[in-house]
Amino acid sequence: MYAQMVKTEAKRVRSLDEMEPQERAFQERIDAGQKIEPKEWMPEDYRKTLIRQISQHAHSEIVGQLPEGNWITRAPTLERKAILLAKVQDEAGHGLYLYCAAETLGISRDQMYEQLHSGKAKYSSIFNYPTLSWADIGAIGWLVDGAAIMNQVPLQRCSYGPYARAMVRICKEESFHQRQGFDIMTVLCKGTPEQKAMAQDALDRWWWPSLMMFGPSDDASVHSAQSMAWNIKQDSNDELRQKFVDQTVPQAKFLGLTVPDPALAWNEAKGGHDFGEPDWTEFFAVIAGEGPCNRERLEARRKAWGDGAWFRDGLTAHASKQAARRQAAKLAAE
Amino acid sequence: MSALGLSPAIAEFALRMGDSCLILGHRNSEWCGHAPALEEDIALANTALDLIGQTQLWLELACEAEGKGRTSDQLAFLRDVSGYRNLLLVEQPNGDFGRTVMRQYLFDAWHLPLLKALMNSTDKRIAAIAEKAAKEVAYHLERSADLVVRLGDGTAESHARMQAAVDFLWPYTGEMFLADALDEELVASGLAPEPGSHKAAWQEHVTRTFADATLKAPEKSFAQKGGRRGVHSEHLGFILAEMQFLQRAYPGARW
Amino acid sequence: MSSEWPLWEVFIRGQHGLNHRHVGSLHAPDAEMAILNARDVYTRRNEGVSIWVVRSSDIVASAPSDKGPLFDPANAKVYRHPTFFDVPDEVGHM
Repeated sequence: MYAQMVKTEAKRVRSLDEMEPQERAFQERIDAGQKIEPKEWMPEDYRKTLIRQISQHAHSEIVGQLPEGNWITRAPTLERKAILLAKVQDEAGHGLYLYCAAETLGISRDQMYEQLHSGKAKYSSIFNYPTLSWADIGAIGWLVDGAAIMNQVPLQRCSYGPYARAMVRICKEESFHQRQGFDIMTVLCKGTPEQKAMAQDALDRWWWPSLMMFGPSDDASVHSAQSMAWNIKQDSNDELRQKFVDQTVPQAKFLGLTVPDPALAWNEAKGGHDFGEPDWTEFFAVIAGEGPCNRERLEARRKAWGDGAWFRDGLTAHASKQAARRQAAKLAAE
Repeated sequence: MSALGLSPAIAEFALRMGDSCLILGHRNSEWCGHAPALEEDIALANTALDLIGQTQLWLELACEAEGKGRTSDQLAFLRDVSGYRNLLLVEQPNGDFGRTVMRQYLFDAWHLPLLKALMNSTDKRIAAIAEKAAKEVAYHLERSADLVVRLGDGTAESHARMQAAVDFLWPYTGEMFLADALDEELVASGLAPEPGSHKAAWQEHVTRTFADATLKAPEKSFAQKGGRRGVHSEHLGFILAEMQFLQRAYPGARW
Repeated sequence: MSSEWPLWEVFIRGQHGLNHRHVGSLHAPDAEMAILNARDVYTRRNEGVSIWVVRSSDIVASAPSDKGPLFDPANAKVYRHPTFFDVPDEVGHM
């Protein structure tokens, strides 16, 4: 997911009876499906957890621009070029909405950038994998956006107002992202043998990292339980992963592609697929900074930010000069 | 509709317009994900998207006028450097964000008066494309001129960077107003204005903007030229190598 | 230098003549650029819309409606709670 393994401070989820009146009233409002808004009282841990979750989500959007951005200048037709550029631009927009949502919780965008650039804040593991062929652009739209949507749709109903509203806007804009990815795959699979092989290769490389996006099983995680109690997480990682596999396997079949999992099989009894376990050693290595592209991704973000400092400062300086000039003109007129 | 005899001139003119849009759109798209602020990243992508959209219109017109059954993608992805007709200005490397902004401004200040004149073209297709594009380009110019003023006036560093951008790009502006035999034909048939005819409007806009930005146009100048007859700087070859990679590596494939 | 561009709230009235509606926020060095940025970020340049921007710090908001005395807001500003954020845990009783 775009926010993976978000930690809370909780040792265990407390019942309403154990809470102070203020927190209890807060929890009851969440239980009743009400939205919490920026100015209202909230437990410190709720606020901090949301900052972690929303900023991680935002970082994932803007770091996520990079692997796909690789192919904007190499897109094979004018139309594909425009579509991909619009999609990657949307990701910048989604990052922007999410940073703004996090800012209502008392942290600035610059502070969040600093956390990203210093390596303190995380972003989704998926964006540390390389985009090696045009089919990877298809696979990202189809698999990665497909996985993200599973999580983002329920988040539109989460308890924190600004986050929920950002997700509404994001889900609306993102509806075409997965389809454009699947469309790229469809055309490749109907194309030459080389193109079909390109599509299969992309699925082979992106399948497991996509399953890892949901994070390891969190059935026993107190953090997930707390986040669910706060309604900032709605489904368990395993539930989402199962849903994703069940949705994606028939699509792969439609494309004539083979999912690279020998353990994959339909289980009539549970009404879903059985599938293999992702390599969690790899996942934790990627999270720890040892993925194939971690260094390139962070370096690109740091460079963009550092190289742009003079530009941002220049505009700030002009704005204050203009304000001063207007003030002086006003005084002179009086 | 124009007489059949004018079709080659129309095709060539559409290439000149479309290629400049394509290469500038391509250059701007290189910034996606790397701009100095998210708001700017999004805004520049909008400009790039507009330009790519305009490219499609111009290149489709080129295909139609040419009548050889080629598609706009074949024009974009299968011509070599010598077949490209864009201005040298737009193929120059992005440099820092200041140079990118300045290149956009110098182009926009030329592009808008040209499009306005083209809205009166005797060819209805040219006039229609120009009308649609002019709306978009009016906004491009508003934004790029605003940024030039702000950055020129901003800090000592932003001023120095913008002045360096002017000095670097200025030699590529002269080409915009040079006429050749094709232009004479276009003017004679009322298809397009004489390239020199909107130099005054460009000059006036630049003078006003630079005054607000406290920037100076170089006094001594020479004009680099050749883009319109397919003689380019070294940079275009690299752009095309990247842009055309898939179409070249997998000939005839559909995408 | 490097001070962050201020935050602006964006309100847009669409083509159907309804009231301006809050659509989100963004950063910009001043009001004029906030309008341009709003056009690029929130309208993807639809024509015929009207945009209002207002500095987030200039918004005055009502107290939350369903609050008893226990629910004093931590800060008078709607957006951002920087001072609140800086209070260390040890001095939480202040």
